[in-house]
Amino acid sequence: MSELRQEAEAIAEQFSDHTDVDPDDVEERLTTLVDEYRVPLDEASRSVTNSYLEDAGMERDELGRGGSEEVLVNDIDEDEQWVDLRVELVDLWEPRSDSISQVGLLGDESGTIKFVAFETSDLPELTEGQAYELSNVVTDEYEGSYSVKLNRTTGITEIDEEIEVGDNADTVEGALVDIQSGSGLIKRCPEEDCTRVLQNGRCSEHGQVEGEFDLRIKGVLDDGETVTEVIFDREATEDLTGMTLDEAKDMAMDALDTTVVAEEMGEDVLGRYYRVTGPTFGRYVLVDEMEDPGTVDVESALIEARSI
Amino acid sequence: MSQSAPTREVARRVFASEFNDAGYTFTESDDERAPVYALLPTGESSNRVFFVGTLTEKEDVGEDSEYWRGRIVDPTGTFFVYAGQYQPEAASKLRDLEPPAYVAVVGKPRTYETDDGTVRVSVRPESITEVDAATRDRWVAETARRTVERVAAFDDEGNEYARMARKEYDSDPETYKAAALSALEDLDDSGDELAGDESGSDDAALDDAPDGTDSAGTPEP
Repeated sequence: MSELRQEAEAIAEQFSDHTDVDPDDVEERLTTLVDEYRVPLDEASRSVTNSYLEDAGMERDELGRGGSEEVLVNDIDEDEQWVDLRVELVDLWEPRSDSISQVGLLGDESGTIKFVAFETSDLPELTEGQAYELSNVVTDEYEGSYSVKLNRTTGITEIDEEIEVGDNADTVEGALVDIQSGSGLIKRCPEEDCTRVLQNGRCSEHGQVEGEFDLRIKGVLDDGETVTEVIFDREATEDLTGMTLDEAKDMAMDALDTTVVAEEMGEDVLGRYYRVTGPTFGRYVLVDEMEDPGTVDVESALIEARSI
Repeated sequence: MSQSAPTREVARRVFASEFNDAGYTFTESDDERAPVYALLPTGESSNRVFFVGTLTEKEDVGEDSEYWRGRIVDPTGTFFVYAGQYQPEAASKLRDLEPPAYVAVVGKPRTYETDDGTVRVSVRPESITEVDAATRDRWVAETARRTVERVAAFDDEGNEYARMARKEYDSDPETYKAAALSALEDLDDSGDELAGDESGSDDAALDDAPDGTDSAGTPEP
């Protein structure tokens, strides 16, 4: 897509909530100014934007505001939305293209998201570790991953505030319908920086090793519509089942079998409803927090069901 | 087994009255190992179900080896669960449980045709666990909602399972919706009476889990 085209679509998009502006039309006007009259692009787009504003009887302030609302980065799940962010610049990467002025990661309490700023947008440089209010950034999607693009209408305001950057935590709720193999009392490879779970006393990297006992549950939460795989680490497993690592070891020792632990845990947790929150890794949600959804509110369930 | 997890079949929420009408089964491909689905009359495929109800009776109906049948009752009817030597954990659970008890079951729909040509639908359990009343109530509310959602989508264009259901069954999906709503209404009534007890037991539900195990889990040698 040409630079002009991109700019034209950005301008058309800005008006999309107010009046119908055809990007082809915008592009044509821009081309005239830039190619024929040698007007710099930013001046050209300013002038074109103004003429559309005049046509619509709008003030510049109204522009792009309508569609733009402040969101958390982990809530972005749609392409080409105009949003405002309150974020810290977490990381800057080396741009791979000359047209990109800055690329990196922005973060807020919900998590992080990639951002791209283009040379043509002529924006002030962002500084790592600084918090900003960014208005009018556009969401972008590539193979299911979301990013945001800064553009020349993006407002950048430094804010004097520490933002605690989150870990893209998700919350899932459902019935625990399965405990997968590799759950219960497991052994991990003791080699430094290797935490692989041993299969028959073997680590896939380090071979036969003296493993270290650990607890975990790889479970499946199912809400009748979707299934989500969740991992409870030792702490979360102890919290969930009330069984400590030492108790689990004793139990396995008595039975001369480690699998009794997962079976015993299954008795406690299968078929119950849970709501868990934690960061997503691949297809797993790692459980940080777990709660019992408690007693169902029948009255509101009834109102909801009747309204469907 | 767990390696097939990314394509794991969702466990449908369906009341017994609808489940027992789901006598039509189909596969999505000609592959011998293709999963078999029961067609829910409200227009959904179901390779797995999750339900919570009251185990009212259990009986070893096996001839040579143990084969346990459990009757599990929900507000609309009865699920029949069969577990034998190939479902050892579920079978031993049925052996140990003392009815009446609230149980949660994850399992696969199975159909068989009787001599007179009627199709019976039952459940082959993957797991059976004893649960509390709060879990049962939550399941009823959830299942009512899912059922009503399926009925609402029944006339949607492109709902292929609804089209299939219209072809295979004579039933009117509205009857399942009515049953679902009335199950929820009954819950509302009983909820009022038990409100005090319910919330009390609920707060403690998680902490109670280990104690509950001690009594339920002792049969382990």
